[in-house]
Amino acid sequence: MQQRSFSGVSQSPRSPSKQPPYLAVSVTDPAKMGNGVQAYISYKVITKTNLPEYQGLEKIVIRRYSDFVWLRDRLFEKYKGIFIPPLPEKSTVEKFRFTAEFIEMRRQALDIFVNRIASHHELQQSEDLRIFLQADEQTMERARSQESGIFKKKPADLMQIFKDVQSRVSDVVLGKEKPVEELNPDFEKLKRYVFELEDHLAEAQKHAYRLVKRHRELGQSLSDFGRAVKLLGACEGEALGKAFAELGAKSEMLSVKLQKEAQHLLMNFEEPLKDYVRAVHSVKGTIAERAAAFRQHCELAETIKLKEIDLNKLRLTRSERTADAEHEYEELKADGEEARRRFETIVRLMNEEMVRFQEEKTLDMGLAFHEFAKGQSRLANGIADAWRSLLPKLEACSSS
Amino acid sequence: MMGYENQGHEEAHLYATPEEMESLVLTDNDDSSHHQSQPNHHHPLSSSLPFAAQIPTDDDHLLASPSSLMHFQSQSQNPIPIPNHSSSFKFILEPPSYADAVFRSFDGDHINETNGHDSSSGDLSSSPPSTVEYLSISVSDPQKEQDLANSLVSGGNTYVTYLITTRTSLPDFNGSEFSVRRRFKDVVTLSDRLSESYRGFFIPIRPDKNVVESQVMQKQEFVEQRRVALEKYLRRLAAHPVIRRSDELRLFLEVDGRLPLVRNTDVASRMLDGAVKLPRQLFGESVGAVDVSEVVQPAKGGRDLLRLFKELKQSVTNDWGGAKPPVMEEDKEFLEKKEKLQDFEQQISNVSQQAESLVKAQQDIGETMGQLGLAFVKLTKFETEEAVYETQRVRAADMKSVATAAVKASRLYRELTAQTVKHLDKLHEYLGAMLAVNQAFSDRSSALLTVQTLLSELSSLHLRIEKLEAASSKIFGGDRSRIRKIDELKETIRATEDAKSCAIREYERIKENNKNELERLDKERHDDFFNMLKGFVVNQAGYAEKMASVWDMVAEETNGYAKDGS
Repeated sequence: MQQRSFSGVSQSPRSPSKQPPYLAVSVTDPAKMGNGVQAYISYKVITKTNLPEYQGLEKIVIRRYSDFVWLRDRLFEKYKGIFIPPLPEKSTVEKFRFTAEFIEMRRQALDIFVNRIASHHELQQSEDLRIFLQADEQTMERARSQESGIFKKKPADLMQIFKDVQSRVSDVVLGKEKPVEELNPDFEKLKRYVFELEDHLAEAQKHAYRLVKRHRELGQSLSDFGRAVKLLGACEGEALGKAFAELGAKSEMLSVKLQKEAQHLLMNFEEPLKDYVRAVHSVKGTIAERAAAFRQHCELAETIKLKEIDLNKLRLTRSERTADAEHEYEELKADGEEARRRFETIVRLMNEEMVRFQEEKTLDMGLAFHEFAKGQSRLANGIADAWRSLLPKLEACSSS
Repeated sequence: MMGYENQGHEEAHLYATPEEMESLVLTDNDDSSHHQSQPNHHHPLSSSLPFAAQIPTDDDHLLASPSSLMHFQSQSQNPIPIPNHSSSFKFILEPPSYADAVFRSFDGDHINETNGHDSSSGDLSSSPPSTVEYLSISVSDPQKEQDLANSLVSGGNTYVTYLITTRTSLPDFNGSEFSVRRRFKDVVTLSDRLSESYRGFFIPIRPDKNVVESQVMQKQEFVEQRRVALEKYLRRLAAHPVIRRSDELRLFLEVDGRLPLVRNTDVASRMLDGAVKLPRQLFGESVGAVDVSEVVQPAKGGRDLLRLFKELKQSVTNDWGGAKPPVMEEDKEFLEKKEKLQDFEQQISNVSQQAESLVKAQQDIGETMGQLGLAFVKLTKFETEEAVYETQRVRAADMKSVATAAVKASRLYRELTAQTVKHLDKLHEYLGAMLAVNQAFSDRSSALLTVQTLLSELSSLHLRIEKLEAASSKIFGGDRSRIRKIDELKETIRATEDAKSCAIREYERIKENNKNELERLDKERHDDFFNMLKGFVVNQAGYAEKMASVWDMVAEETNGYAKDGS
């Protein structure tokens, strides 16, 4: 497959126009479909592209969450070694499944998901992506239901792999080395890094979420306080009553600002942190794949060695089974070669991916930090302005 | 932006424990809040004073700041400036900023005390305010003492005494600085005496007794709490324009040794020596000199049982009887005022509650911000240590900015909350003051009731005389026993008339006290609340400004990541 980048530098000779190749995707317009327990949200996925593999310049399809899951799973299977972009979690709390807040957060996350795939130099060439972006609903549904058979890894299996990796990491750390494990110090370091990173990020995300809640609570208190102050003002004299009324009004106004900021914080700071945690999970998944590939490669290597011994025995005895055994041996060697190649690809890809991942995360977090700081600054300035503007009025009232 | 200026001393402390981290990261802020004299010329990235080098290229503003700071310092009497222009750099151009006003105002807590009625209760350690007559009280040095007189068993009756130190320029006192030791029981006595002598006044309510005194007494915390409460109480007494001149308070503060405030309504002894004259009068017994001063006290339990019954009967008559009582509360203005105050009490209670929630919410957000900051500190340390790629180092640097800002913001929230509590405390105080008001109003009602009772008594006495005269006139030559009876009754009437005049005078006196106190309350409330509002608002504005500058810095540093057109 030819390497294609969208920087506009390289052009495929087959592209119809002189325009640089582009693939722009957006996930929009969430709509509630169905009723009761069966209800779900569908999204419009709009693809704008001039790539020849795609049908036409613009295509709109309707997709639901499980379609995205299908895409993620397919990519995970096919592109081992690459950190597949993470998906937002399935909602566990029924109550929130259809709140505007949840729907918008999910839409945003899905949009980011697809865009990350579309801008990844390997993943963007995936057949599955094309199906996802273009196939009609029936085709999509068929593809989705086929999945549940062979390719879908059950969460339990994945968990087991994680546990294996985790225990192996600690074993190695503790010095109880087991033979079927990469003795690559860089890889060990990476594994430790990833696991510890997840803990740190989870903690930060937890506090970020709490901070959102605190903003809401403070907003509510200010609103209640404002109301009470207004009532107090009503039973006070002229000047003082007016002063209280102004204070109450300002408090209520600031309460609104706080609610807005809480929302901004949720979408632009807490969500990116959550996204980061999910991304780390994805990395862990790839680590598990690498471990599995390594094990397979080693096991095959063992098997091949044993087979060789058997074969030599057979050769010596000139058994009629020798020919079959030779044949098996050759096959095994081919498999072994395949396994080794697979493993090495994963290692190579992972190294590249780590670089990309760190870059991506620095940009993502940089933006999140920026939004966080901007939001807090905006809020604080708003609060300062509001109270400052009250002072001259208070001065006027108190002297009267 | 990705280049990151090293804040030298902050970095050195990066690997300290989180607690140290938090305190060390904030040394900039610390310095600024306690030494406001120097504008922050040394640290371009320090965010402690809003007008210090936020935008380093703007030298004009930097030059403006020292003079504006000095300008501000000379205005310490009037720390609340009015902004005269607005711009996007408001917090730099507006000298002085509210941030500074905040830190000035509450360092010594004297800004709120410049009001006349509070000036007397300044802290002993600060120099006395310039008002001519001050009365400054402090309570300290709690000590356990033994009640030797009553301790038959070892370790018997222990109690705590407190050192009451007074500094004053009032001529009533013998001296300008003196101390006595008092126990809580003495305070109760003082409070009771004042209630008797100053009926109709809004007398500050004394601290509660604690029922489980002996057990709780050992606890350090309880003693400290009580000490604080006593100090507050005595200072409030000293702030009351009439009560501060009272004999009761003077004796309490001045006379060392046993408190010379005698209970003139000693229940037991009065019952024992039958010194109760008025009830006997009402009983119709032999006439003696009436101690009319007894009339000017409300009926209390024990000694005045009979009187209590009569007044109770009267009040029932007032409530249920068809006829109008002889004298009624007619002062419409007073009744209106009373109703308004009831409304006020309710609203103040409500605001007080909401204020508490507000303070808690502020505290919580500060706490969570701090925790977030610390989480990022740990993450920064981790990424820095484990960094394999340059992008990680860059991210760690960004994260450190945010962490530092979050910790600073958390610190600011904590300070803001502490200050807010001080302001909104005025609300709690006025809630307490309402208790005193209610007590004064009840003084008035009970005085009125006494008058009404005496009037009823008089009319029934007259009725009895009429009946006796009528009966006696039917007997030829008169009825000697009846005539004697009539004479006795006439004596009783005379005495009761005296008592009635006394009671009416007392009632009028209390009414007058109520009126004056209401005026005083209105004025003080007006001033207090305005100061509270101003203080609260200045406080909020000041801290918001500081927080804005903290976050502005981070936003600026991370500008490079912003999406185009955001």
